Amino acid sequence: MWEALASFYDTYQSTVAYVGINALLALSVYATLSCGQLALGSSGFAAIGAYAAALLTLHAGWPFPLVLGAALALPALVAVPLGLPVLRLKGVFLAIATIAFGEVVRLGLVNWQYVNGAQGIVAIPQKTAVWMIYLSLAVALFVLGRLRGSKWGFALEAIREDEPAARTMGIPTARYKLTMLVLGAALAGLAGALEAHFTFMVAPNGFTFGRVVDMLVFAVVGGAQLYWAPALGAAFLTILPELLRDLAPKVGIEPGPLRLMVNGLVLLLVILFLPSGLVSLPRRVREWSSARSPE
Amino acid sequence: MTIPLLRLEDVHRAFGGVRAVDGARLSVAPGEVHGLIGPNGAGKTSVINLVSGLLVPTAGRILLGEAPIHGLAPHAVAGLGVARTFQSIRLFPDLSARDNVVVGQHLRRRASLAARLLLLPSARAEAQAARDQAAALLARVGLSDRIREHARNLSYGEQRRVEIARALASAPRLLLLDEPTAGMNPVEVRSMAALIRQVAAEGRSVLLVEHNVRLVMQVCDRITVLDFGKVIAEGTPAEVSRDPAVITAYLGDSR
Repeated sequence: MWEALASFYDTYQSTVAYVGINALLALSVYATLSCGQLALGSSGFAAIGAYAAALLTLHAGWPFPLVLGAALALPALVAVPLGLPVLRLKGVFLAIATIAFGEVVRLGLVNWQYVNGAQGIVAIPQKTAVWMIYLSLAVALFVLGRLRGSKWGFALEAIREDEPAARTMGIPTARYKLTMLVLGAALAGLAGALEAHFTFMVAPNGFTFGRVVDMLVFAVVGGAQLYWAPALGAAFLTILPELLRDLAPKVGIEPGPLRLMVNGLVLLLVILFLPSGLVSLPRRVREWSSARSPE
Repeated sequence: MTIPLLRLEDVHRAFGGVRAVDGARLSVAPGEVHGLIGPNGAGKTSVINLVSGLLVPTAGRILLGEAPIHGLAPHAVAGLGVARTFQSIRLFPDLSARDNVVVGQHLRRRASLAARLLLLPSARAEAQAARDQAAALLARVGLSDRIREHARNLSYGEQRRVEIARALASAPRLLLLDEPTAGMNPVEVRSMAALIRQVAAEGRSVLLVEHNVRLVMQVCDRITVLDFGKVIAEGTPAEVSRDPAVITAYLGDSR
């Protein structure tokens, strides 16, 4: 029994770790979504956290907890001067401005010789243990969960629903939006640092526009209105490709393209039939079954 | 003579070439229900938006007590004790009626983030108190059986009442009501009139924009009449209803 579990864990350790890392990244996008802001700078923040952590470990020899602290703090600090102007933008304009930020970070790293440009930094010691990832995730979920029902949680919901109306209730909306961007940046930076010390390397192509789209898809598929739903979406979409790995040869499609096809299909089905995400599945099933059955 | 709670001194607001508010003067005493009437496009809603900080005057001063509030952000104006409703209802549609009112308590809730993160009982009690107060306010506007309903599912008249409960949740000194009875049936209008008088009896001032002239005459202590952004008359309901300028503005010139 224990041997079976241990061998399962050895085989899937990387998947287990990535469920947690992706959940943290999904929460970083959710942080701003929770007050209705579509900010997509998380790949940039994750890159800053990952590179800062890698450099501090390799060149400064900092102990790992301090490295993680720095990876949390640095993107958060960067988020303040970024957020002050860009959070004045709404909707797609905010999305475009924050995507541009992520691309500036990525292209800056590609052209920075000190960190080996496009090749990135290799041979980072593996210091991340899986429990560290899940402890971080648990703390993040706890903090976000405790906001619910508090005056701050209600303020975030009010901003999401109608920002000008929220302002007339005395809610300083700009401050709330900036706080959530900073929180999201810190989570992304932490996830980036944990990932870098798990995979031994960081490279600019790990922080592309596609990466932040993945994070957004995790949040949308899980559900963008409940704090733990993005983590569920990340888990679902990280585990699903592993289940499909055996299926791939049978249908004659390579695992890579099959993963993309299935992810696209899942996203489409969720948007069409479960606009509140996978967390609303039990409720929707109840609604459907009660609609079918006669009085 | 007491200091007025709200004073507008020669307030102007132009949108391009349109002078929506053109030198408005107005003062509202503490505990007074002050009507603001005028034909469509007279600038009534603009006055409400100027006072609540959603618009900034092009010229002139707006004072709350002794303090100038023109140019303050809406949340700062709200922090000084000004609450409002909207002509086009702006509830938070996906929140329940009760949670809408809980949001309105934002300025009054004294909660500590540390207490919440440490799972202290005081945080739980504070949240429960907020919900209870919201339920009590909804009962006051006659909606105690609708507290769990999503705002989007409420009828038009119910939504207007939730908006008023939400505005009262901040315990404002000045309540700005922008057409609170639009879309209401006569029974609802009557209970609205009673509610407005009750609010004033608590010492709160009310600035009431309203098209229902009978309601205005019934509940207001004083009335200001706007036409094309200018004040054309000011006085008690009896004075205003006899004023020839008002009759001309509403009914047209007899010549």
